[in-house]
Amino acid sequence: MDGVATVLAGAGAAVTLRGLEKNYGGHGAVRGVSIDIRSGEFLTLLGPSGSGKTTTLMMIAGFEQPSAGELLIDGQSMLGVPPHRRNLGMVFQSYALFPHLTVAENIGFPLKQRGVPKAERMRQVEEALRLVQLPGLGGRNPRQLSGGQQQRVALARAIVFRPRLLLMDEPLGALDKQLRETLQLEMRRLHAELGITFVYVTHDQEEALTMSDRIAVMENGQVAQIGTPEDLYDRPANRFVASFIGESNFFPAVMRGIEQGRVVAEFGATRLQALAGSLPAAGAEIMLTTRPERLRFVDGAPPAPGENRLSVTVREAIFAGERCRYLLEAAGGTRLVLKEASGAAIRRRAAGETAEIGWAAEDTILV
Amino acid sequence: MRLLTGGLFSGTLGWLVLLFLAAPILLVTVVSFSSAAYLTFPPPALGLRWYRAFLGSDSWLAASWLSLWVATVVVVISTSLGTLAALALARLPKAARGVVTGLILSPMIVPSIVIAIGVYYAFARYGLVGSPIGLILAHACLAMPFVVTSVTASLSGLDPRLEQAALSLGATPWGSFWQVTLPLIRPGVIVGALFAFITSFDELLVALFLSGTGAVTLPRRMWDDLRFAIDPTIAAVSTLTILLTAVLMGCAHRLRRKG
Repeated sequence: MDGVATVLAGAGAAVTLRGLEKNYGGHGAVRGVSIDIRSGEFLTLLGPSGSGKTTTLMMIAGFEQPSAGELLIDGQSMLGVPPHRRNLGMVFQSYALFPHLTVAENIGFPLKQRGVPKAERMRQVEEALRLVQLPGLGGRNPRQLSGGQQQRVALARAIVFRPRLLLMDEPLGALDKQLRETLQLEMRRLHAELGITFVYVTHDQEEALTMSDRIAVMENGQVAQIGTPEDLYDRPANRFVASFIGESNFFPAVMRGIEQGRVVAEFGATRLQALAGSLPAAGAEIMLTTRPERLRFVDGAPPAPGENRLSVTVREAIFAGERCRYLLEAAGGTRLVLKEASGAAIRRRAAGETAEIGWAAEDTILV
Repeated sequence: MRLLTGGLFSGTLGWLVLLFLAAPILLVTVVSFSSAAYLTFPPPALGLRWYRAFLGSDSWLAASWLSLWVATVVVVISTSLGTLAALALARLPKAARGVVTGLILSPMIVPSIVIAIGVYYAFARYGLVGSPIGLILAHACLAMPFVVTSVTASLSGLDPRLEQAALSLGATPWGSFWQVTLPLIRPGVIVGALFAFITSFDELLVALFLSGTGAVTLPRRMWDDLRFAIDPTIAAVSTLTILLTAVLMGCAHRLRRKG
């Protein structure tokens, strides 16, 4: 017996969603979702409530039947396969521990269904408890445990039978911030140790960014964008993703053309450059976006090549510990947010001051 | 001052209402321990004479046994069907649920005399009058609504995720029912069963029509006794019946509070 992790480890399942749809009486909760989830990946379905993320998860679990589309696990169609034959683990926001069973009986439940003999069952339960750092708590009643401990038990129960796929529906939603952060790290660790595929549903973008290999951002039953956390943060594909993940500044501008591989546009009277993604026709109205922490005060320093410059008025300065947040107003009334690290050498701006800000064209995206 | 008289007035009224409700029970209980040969209050002296009379009478004992075993079979039938019905109701879409619930609860709503007459005519055709089977079928029908309401109440407090969790962990739908759902709704099922027992054990109207001469239940026997010869045996039987019912209701009440 060499370590808990190796015992429970196994290759993760690959999951393919192809044009998945779910209609409830004419209303499309999920409208054509196609995602290839790789073996061993930590994929998060991120979106506001009503975006179809939980419905998508429930279709993978088998609790909802797709109205159209295909669902494959390891290349095998799951349409018509009942939940209890899909051999996947599931963790719920409400923990869903069986209140009439002890912690050990809860964790042993999936093993019992699979006909694992009692002695072997007890050994595996104890191992799973150690894996979620609750050794020796098997005899307790779930109600005697804290919320965080209950969710660890639920996790142990969902992985003890070595499924190749673990589904999680907002598992940390009911916990306070600090506990959530601890458990986030622990789930990352479990994911790395077990090597199984995780599909994780959340509406918390920070959680999604810190935990996932890839994130599928969902809006109105469709995937708005899928990519690594860096992809989504640095290169949002559209306005929804830019505003849902992190904070964004938006510049309504007019397309002028392409210069040296960069989009050149006019924001009021100011010329701005951005990374060229799609190429709208000259004269088209476009939207440029950039992150608040990519803006900085430049105060007359000569612009670097490819740097955007803009004159603004400080409207409000909010000190938030590690950084200071400025609400700025540009000509034409466009509101911007600038985040600056706080420090003794950095001059704090006051409301009403005028200033010049600058940022790199590479940090400017056309959405 | 006003408050005090108000308190005194409503307090007194409350006690009077309680006395009014309990008086028949107290009266019957006291009379059952009478030593007199006829129904009289207050009894001249106390004794167990009428309890001995009850235990020494074949017809009283036969009626008691019949009532007990009919009620027991009714409990088995109505509890299993009622529990299944409650589970099915919980899965129905809202609109259909209202209609089906109404149909299942109709024996509770329709006047008993109407049911008794209807059942009498229907069962007479199949020779079920005067047979315990007829009584069992009719009583199960009357008792099932109690099981359905009680189990439905238990189910409404049950997290539907628990069943999903069981299924996702590999339990078959039956396995998840036996291992998760049933243990968690057990108090509701038992309360329903106790009410089903009492419903059948106390039932007179349907029994009047269906008992015939071959299946005389305890309430029917008491009815006959009152019509032809009044002696204090009936008080003793009543006291025993009250005792049994009170114990069962007490159990149901305790379980309800726990569930």
